[in-house]
Amino acid sequence: MSQYQVKPGPEAFLPPAAASMGNVLPDPGEAHIEGRIVPEEEAYEYCARKLLEAKVPTIFPGPLVLWKWNDHVAEKATAIRALANEVPMRLIPMADYRPKYPKIDAEVEINPNHPNLTIWHNKIDVCIFVGVHCHMANLALKIIRGGTKCYTIAVCAQAGHEDACLSFRDANAEKVRRLIAAVKKLKSEGVKSQAIPFTQFKMSRSGPIVEPA
Amino acid sequence: MNKQVELKHKRVIASTHVKLGEKNRMNQTYTDINDIFFKAEQTPSFLTGSEVIREAIKRASVGTSVAYPITPQSEAAALIGEIYAEGYLDEYFRGESEFAVMGQCAGAAFGGHRVFTTTAGPGTLRAMENFPMWAGARLPIQVCVTCRGVNSPLSIQPDTLEMHYLLETGMMVWHAETAQDLFDFILKGFIVAEQPDVHVPIAVCCDGFFVTHTKDTVELPPVDLTLTPYDPYKNPQPVMDMETSPIRMMRDPFVMKSNYISYATHASWQQEVKAAVERSRKHAVPLLDGLIDTENADQEVLIVGSGTAVSQSREAIRLLEADGVKVGLVKIKTIRPFPYEEIRQVTKNAKHIFVPEFNIAGWLAREIKSTIPDNERVYAGPHVCGGMTMPSEVIVEQIKNHLGMETVKLRM
Repeated sequence: MSQYQVKPGPEAFLPPAAASMGNVLPDPGEAHIEGRIVPEEEAYEYCARKLLEAKVPTIFPGPLVLWKWNDHVAEKATAIRALANEVPMRLIPMADYRPKYPKIDAEVEINPNHPNLTIWHNKIDVCIFVGVHCHMANLALKIIRGGTKCYTIAVCAQAGHEDACLSFRDANAEKVRRLIAAVKKLKSEGVKSQAIPFTQFKMSRSGPIVEPA
Repeated sequence: MNKQVELKHKRVIASTHVKLGEKNRMNQTYTDINDIFFKAEQTPSFLTGSEVIREAIKRASVGTSVAYPITPQSEAAALIGEIYAEGYLDEYFRGESEFAVMGQCAGAAFGGHRVFTTTAGPGTLRAMENFPMWAGARLPIQVCVTCRGVNSPLSIQPDTLEMHYLLETGMMVWHAETAQDLFDFILKGFIVAEQPDVHVPIAVCCDGFFVTHTKDTVELPPVDLTLTPYDPYKNPQPVMDMETSPIRMMRDPFVMKSNYISYATHASWQQEVKAAVERSRKHAVPLLDGLIDTENADQEVLIVGSGTAVSQSREAIRLLEADGVKVGLVKIKTIRPFPYEEIRQVTKNAKHIFVPEFNIAGWLAREIKSTIPDNERVYAGPHVCGGMTMPSEVIVEQIKNHLGMETVKLRM
């Protein structure tokens, strides 16, 4: 069996889709770390360590968790916010998949058609995709792997993503809470977050809200 | 490969559905595909391939089917109209042309329906622009292609050249040998195509007339069982329904804003569609019991084929065995995804590999040649085309000729 490793880039002008290199998605109860299938439990700790080691860990929440279209999603979004607070991590939404015209505001948004711009601008070194439709997530994950050195993590509600460096599958609010628990456990063992201090921004329809000093 | 895809449980992942066990308006019970095929009692029925398509669609919880007449699929399309009248489908209508049909299918699929249509030969080519559009839009539409000649002068007889055109559209392409395959592939095809990690269109192909217009015994599960319905919320893209959560936005037409998309996006998009087809292996392998079937594949002489060329080869092998020549058989069930690794493994000890085909191009032989080492072992033929039959004796003659054995010259 070949072992195509899904490592942070920059990998190539056009990196291959990991599925086309023979990588198979994990089954229920499993995850993958850089293409290697592992029990889900192993991935929680590995993921938590990656998040704590990062200087600019960032969550990219997509439409599936940004809109309260059912009660479960509200619960999941609350858990994601709790994860952002616990690590701590920045929250930069992928609210819309349409290409941004005339140009993206890379500081406060990410778009699947040019995700590298947001990652470069903010110097994001570890990111989580959550609530992004799978096709759009895969689109972005390959571009990120091609042109940035960002370590990508997919917290996928469906079958997972080979093109992320680490991927969970069937992710629900409970699994996000288990990831928070893994972060807390590492912290209790003395692992400290390396995140550069930041203030979580707030958005209005016209852009970021600047709070008075 | 980082993980072996195994046959062991014969269960597809995500074969749970909120409506499992519920009844539809025809009093059919929504049933897991595994239970339909591997648990339910199967009853033999003597049917034409067209009737088999009707029986499959009865059990497929199809939302929309769009029809346009072209031989040899017209009868199947008409029979689906009859079961629409009985209440098995939500929508059924005749399009203005094959091109229109495929666009209308896209509309229904964008809106969240399970969609089925049929076409053949020149119809397939007339509709061709839509197939990569379906794939790029991740629409899990199923088209049953009852292959026939595509060129002028028109032949309505079987010819698999149109499958060649489908290979790089981003669709899954499966090739049924028999009416039984056709029934199985239609139902299993929906489930594989609709898996969230796959979610691409599928062409279930069969050789026109040989399969569609001849009667064969087919094992059918009870008609009161039906597939679980398509779940548009598993779509890897937002559906284009303004009222479907979570986003009330129309997906941008691809052309309108594509100039503002980087070419890296276009490239990644194409890769993702191909990747989705690759992911289908994981679901197709357990459902189809592997992407290939083999019979005596340890022989030094192998025939590798798909569709009814396999049936003719099976008879040729019987004739050859009577002459003391032992030949193995490999039947390819899925052309996309192509069973690269399976073919490499099964042919590794073969010295002569024959690829009989019902088309002039020999596309299957090319696929095999590009897959295996020492591909001078592949003999691209025999070929027939334009609707000719392929007598088993022709296969026997070419194998014997190639092996330097004495043959009786065949005449047309």
